[in-house]
Amino acid sequence: MTKPQEVDAAQMRARYPEVFERPASARLATPAMIVAAFAIFTYGLVDLDFSPSRFFAGLSQLGWISLMMIPPDPGSSLPIYLKALGETLSIALLGTTLGALFALPVSLLAARNIVPSSILRFPVRRFLDSIRGVDTLIWALVWINVVGLGPFAGVLAIAVSDFGAFGKLFSEAFEGADRKQVEGIRASGGSALHEIRFGLMPQVLPVIAGQVLYYIESNTRSATIIGIVGAGGIGLQLAEQIRVLEWQKVSFLILMILVAVAAIDFISGKLRFAIIGRRAVA
Amino acid sequence: MTTAVSILPEQQLAVLNAAYRQAVARRRLRLLLGAVIFAAALVLAAIGAEVNLRTLFTYFGNFLSYFDRILTLDNGQRVWTDVGEWLWGWRKWLKMLGETLLISYVGTLIGATLAFCLNFFAAENTSPAPWLRFVVRRLLEFARTVPGIVFALVFVIAFGLGPMAGVLAIAIHSTGALGKLFSEIVENADMKPVEGIRSTGASWLSCMRFAVVPQVTAGYASYALLRFEINVREASVMGFVGAGGIGQELVVAIRKFYYSDVSAILLTIVVTVFIIDIATGWLRGHLFGKEART
Repeated sequence: MTKPQEVDAAQMRARYPEVFERPASARLATPAMIVAAFAIFTYGLVDLDFSPSRFFAGLSQLGWISLMMIPPDPGSSLPIYLKALGETLSIALLGTTLGALFALPVSLLAARNIVPSSILRFPVRRFLDSIRGVDTLIWALVWINVVGLGPFAGVLAIAVSDFGAFGKLFSEAFEGADRKQVEGIRASGGSALHEIRFGLMPQVLPVIAGQVLYYIESNTRSATIIGIVGAGGIGLQLAEQIRVLEWQKVSFLILMILVAVAAIDFISGKLRFAIIGRRAVA
Repeated sequence: MTTAVSILPEQQLAVLNAAYRQAVARRRLRLLLGAVIFAAALVLAAIGAEVNLRTLFTYFGNFLSYFDRILTLDNGQRVWTDVGEWLWGWRKWLKMLGETLLISYVGTLIGATLAFCLNFFAAENTSPAPWLRFVVRRLLEFARTVPGIVFALVFVIAFGLGPMAGVLAIAIHSTGALGKLFSEIVENADMKPVEGIRSTGASWLSCMRFAVVPQVTAGYASYALLRFEINVREASVMGFVGAGGIGQELVVAIRKFYYSDVSAILLTIVVTVFIIDIATGWLRGHLFGKEART
């Protein structure tokens, strides 16, 4: 057995200079980034009117508000709230389904293995990107201008913004599909439509179903907030009660939303696993 | 070499065919049942959401003409014929956009810092006590599930109108979202360095600092950047409830029917979101290699 050698630090430094001395740019990069990040942060605090006095005054207000929220109490409007919650769930379900239905044919146009021509694909993709770049709340405002206040505007808003998201997700699902089945169909004399129907769809449909379910789940959250701008559902009630400072009702509504979202999460999780098996869903 | 497909005798074949048909029929029945339930749910939902197809058909033309109108200037020309007139308020809008970006930046940074402090308590493998993990996890869950704009509505009342409420709302929501993602990274971290450091008699804090943090910082930064990207979108609508940023301008333009302003502001928002997406995507790819891109 050999004893560990006594090593002379200076000798090692002389022998392996590159281990001991990193160039100044590499050493300074991290601190410089931290300083820059902090500088922007401080500038942001000043520019956005942060002040300790405002902050602590607001905190004490917030404390009062939280105290007034206890206990959650719907008063006499529980039936209205339940109806609003049903409306929210309806908005999420209908909006997602509509978005998925319209996105399916368009996503075919955006998939590389179906439409090889990039001249045709490019505008479709940019179109979907721009739809996704606009928030659901903005779509809700636009639709309110068109069909008036109410849950219908919410359905259309969710449908449009999901159309953008689904178009991208579905086309990625198509691109990720295996070529072999398609080639098999072509070898046996199938037409292009046959290839899509029997070669691609059986591979892609479970993935799509999983994504649609996931979006129904996440749209339950979106549907709660589009009510804030007047597009129906429980968000409308919530915004109203916050504006008239009925804090007990507010906390009750928030609890209702949390419970509903948890329930939908649970159900759609079960369904998703039933459809696609125990695989992770993006 | 030739291969022969052996054809089974008639009787065996009949049994197999029957079994096959039965299996297919059972699957079809299940599919049909699912479709019927789904259709029933849709009809119920359509009644609940007061869907009126006649309204849609009557007003769908409005939807299309809305885009026609927002792309028309007051003098009846198309907006791109006179860009200076179309983007007349660009100084103000750029300033508001800057404010939006600052709101999301400051909010993300505060949220990421809070999430960093909390996530070690929420992770399965590093939490010092089960009850603490339970409390922190429920706290993060609450911050994540309540939508950011609801926080903003409440904060506008507590902290007054202005970007401060927006920043805090985004910060809280990001804490919840990032806290969960961060703690998942910690749960995937290698525990051997932690054991090594603990065996030297180090405290819990030094274990975290010297064994866990060096493994997870890259993942944290990647998720924080992704969150920043999401928060830019979120901050652009915070103005709808009076919590600062470009949303304020947009909601005024939409409600007061300043058509060409609507398209101009939407354009600036979409372009900004694109740029931020590309920039953070590039930054993440550059800093953490291609595999960190989600």
